[in-house]
Amino acid sequence: MSSKVQPDHVKLVIDGQDVSVEPGRTLLDAATAAGIRIPTLCHLDGLPEAAACRMCVVDVDGRWLPACATEAVDGMHVVTKTPEIETHRRTVVELLFAEGNHVCAFCVSNGHCELQDLACEVGLHSVRVPYSFRRDRIDASHPGFLVDRDRCVLCGRCVRVCAEVEGAHTWAFANRGTDARVITDLWETWDDAESCTSCGKCVESCPTGAIVCKGVSNAEMVKDAELPGELVARRNRG
Amino acid sequence: MDKVRVATVWLSGCAGCHMSILDVDEALIDLAERIEFANSPLTDLKVFPESGVDVTLIEGAVANEEHLEIVETARKRSKIVISLGDCAVTANVPSLRNGIDPDEMIAEIYGPEATTNGKLPYEVVPKLLDRVRPVHEVIHVDFFLHGCPPPAGVIAKAIFALLDGQTPELVGEDLKFG
Repeated sequence: MSSKVQPDHVKLVIDGQDVSVEPGRTLLDAATAAGIRIPTLCHLDGLPEAAACRMCVVDVDGRWLPACATEAVDGMHVVTKTPEIETHRRTVVELLFAEGNHVCAFCVSNGHCELQDLACEVGLHSVRVPYSFRRDRIDASHPGFLVDRDRCVLCGRCVRVCAEVEGAHTWAFANRGTDARVITDLWETWDDAESCTSCGKCVESCPTGAIVCKGVSNAEMVKDAELPGELVARRNRG
Repeated sequence: MDKVRVATVWLSGCAGCHMSILDVDEALIDLAERIEFANSPLTDLKVFPESGVDVTLIEGAVANEEHLEIVETARKRSKIVISLGDCAVTANVPSLRNGIDPDEMIAEIYGPEATTNGKLPYEVVPKLLDRVRPVHEVIHVDFFLHGCPPPAGVIAKAIFALLDGQTPELVGEDLKFG
């Protein structure tokens, strides 16, 4: 995308590097094509953008905008990393750890978790605010999967993959702020959620140990987060 | 050169972090030349010295009243305090009981046999705090070593950096929880 400058392409500068992309692409696309890493959490290839987590915030001509949901425009000057942005990203991860109950040591997703990896990437040394230590009930009513909402980061990838790729609309958000939760069928237990097709796309899309397969032990839950993107690409090919 | 005096304390944790200190293997020989233990469950020195401690490594979360005293003493009497492992850094596994009333929990677990004259035996067993806390919620902590347990290499890296008078550079995988 960035190797050949084509006349109809959008030209912009990212971290001092000239980048050109097809019109209509996001700053995240442009940076990725140029080999520049921007950390993300709620973004997943194949799903519409939610810009919910604010991990991918970048400086665009002095304004902070989410790279995943900002269209690359001719002449933009983008900086993906400043000390302030790094502090912001670290704070986002820190607050996610404080708000949920992300205890890596006994999590099925230990070692295969995007939140755990982000903590390393942003340099999270300690969580400076008190942990909530919240205790939601785990819904293990479904025969194959379970949801532990204490490990949810509200990225909404389950909600979007269920609606946009599977077309089932089983997952949705309930409540607001720290009470916000992902729910199945208006908060039926999962087994009673009749819209669920048990396709498992929510499991593969979930970045943490919140939505997982049953029967896996500590650190055994390996997911395929590329699945939605591959399905959508295959469909688009026809 | 005077040896650096290192203390280690063990709060609510499984001792795995202390095992990980021993897992630095041959680096123990270098360490033995440069440090001496002031107070540590690895030794028979059970009382925290009045002064002269350079570095204290704290394993475990703060779960009872005795732990509160220990960390406050450690902070007052040490130049540098390090949270060693996820229980100290996040409260980790011991925090599973947070949200449950400690008295009800003990009554549930140990039953009537655990009581003395109808009371729980807090004269000999330190009283549990309402909730388990990471060490840095109670005292100032200078460095955090993540992991359950922290990899021996990370412990060695941090200690050798401090011995060389440098700030430990812990980045990327060195900061992995779990």
